[in-house]
Amino acid sequence: MSEAIRLEGVHKSFDELEVLKGIDLTVEDHQVVCLIGASGSGKSTLLRCINLLEQVDEGRIWVHGEDITARGVDQNEIRRRVGIVFQSFNLFPHMTVRRNVSLAPIKVLKHARSAAEANAEDLLARFGLADKAADYPDRLSGGQQQRVAIVRALAMDPDVLLLDEITSALDPELVAEVLDVIRELAGQGMTMVIATHEMHFARDVSNRVCFLDGGRILEEGPPDRMFSDPTNERTKRFLDRIIAAGRM
Amino acid sequence: MTRSPRRFSLKEEGAKGVLIATVSTLVVIGLIVYLAVSSPYWSEFKDQFLNRQVFAESFPEILRAFRRNIFYFLTAEPVILAFALLLAVMRSSRGPVFFPLRLLSTIYVDLFRGIPTVLVVFALGFGVPALRIPGLPVDGWFWGWIALILSYSAYVAEVYRAGIESVHPSQTAASRALGLSRLQSLGSVVIPQAIRRVIPPLMNDFISLQKDTALIAFVSAFSVEAFLRAQRASEAAFNFTPLVGAAICFLIITIPMTRFTDWLLERQRRRRMAGGSV
Repeated sequence: MSEAIRLEGVHKSFDELEVLKGIDLTVEDHQVVCLIGASGSGKSTLLRCINLLEQVDEGRIWVHGEDITARGVDQNEIRRRVGIVFQSFNLFPHMTVRRNVSLAPIKVLKHARSAAEANAEDLLARFGLADKAADYPDRLSGGQQQRVAIVRALAMDPDVLLLDEITSALDPELVAEVLDVIRELAGQGMTMVIATHEMHFARDVSNRVCFLDGGRILEEGPPDRMFSDPTNERTKRFLDRIIAAGRM
Repeated sequence: MTRSPRRFSLKEEGAKGVLIATVSTLVVIGLIVYLAVSSPYWSEFKDQFLNRQVFAESFPEILRAFRRNIFYFLTAEPVILAFALLLAVMRSSRGPVFFPLRLLSTIYVDLFRGIPTVLVVFALGFGVPALRIPGLPVDGWFWGWIALILSYSAYVAEVYRAGIESVHPSQTAASRALGLSRLQSLGSVVIPQAIRRVIPPLMNDFISLQKDTALIAFVSAFSVEAFLRAQRASEAAFNFTPLVGAAICFLIITIPMTRFTDWLLERQRRRRMAGGSV
């Protein structure tokens, strides 16, 4: 297996607040890595750094061997290889679903409009959204919108997909349909880094789980061991609280 | 927040409401008319401002001259929309490289928003032709027209900028994350949403531009638009009625535009209430 993503000593601060305090992480191709931890532990910032939506202050990040934190790197080129899906969907409200999905392939990959739209329709159909292509996002349920956002990221044919708490803004009954999509992608060998509060899902889908706390990865390992036998005291306490809250 | 016109909709208040509204309107209008008509100078006023004969003689010409105002308006507006968008995009640019662009557009907007439009019209309308620069038009109306464009572009640029800033940063993040460049993201994602939101305030600026086309009268003796035509008719007849005629010309255009703007605003408000995106 070759290495999809590697982070070394990544630090990131917003003004006085240091959010990431030295993160080392390696993700192999076709692996699914889940990031768990309380809100504010740095999960989202970590993902945004890998997509270059945030610039790291210190440390380096490689995507398939290329140092994306180097000077003069083509950010747009990196971003089209590293897809990201957000908690709040962020679909473009003034475009149809079809246009949301085909916009970047047309503008960035310079695909012909007809080909890009045909591809968008195919992808939408694969995820049960064939009849939504002509609708505007505000006509869709939250779960459907999030699935469209995933399809939109997939339309760029990324090497790696980053998922930033993609079910946190959804009503409970809509969570499953979105997680099913991710399971399917994992089954197809998509390399993914997933920040999530869904512990069952993390346990099911991931090859490895990382527990973030205060901007550091305190513990990582295979999901079975992480959830049944965490060694770090803080990991234990975090998981105990999750269990007490009935989330696992 | 402004109260919605819907609240005053008579439909919801039933027949009794309609009756009350009719009676109170009649009373108020009746009172105003009574006060005017009962004034000892009413007949002189009526003769000076509402003279039927003078109106009949002057109005057709004024209406014909008003076509020039419409021409000024219709030709200036597209130029303003394009130029102002350029100014707004320059001002919304990011990064130290673009500092000169931001500075230039900020100075421009500050300057032209700060000077009364009538002064800009005078300065250009009299100033530029006086320079007699070869190759440049010497018609006052042309420079008055340019002055309106320069002045209104500053206002419209600010409207655009407010619209651009009202689009949530997550929209930019989402488009940049897909690999779109800053300019592509602005052009495909931010500006289309911004424009939708600022159409009503833009309409207000159009309405005022439509009125301000009359300012060109001050710098042009040859391109006779409605106000100048009315003024001349008024001087010839020793009567103010032609000016009332010119006012009517402007109202024919501006009242429907105002109502349309209100309708747009109301529709936008309803959509926001319904939770949909605008």
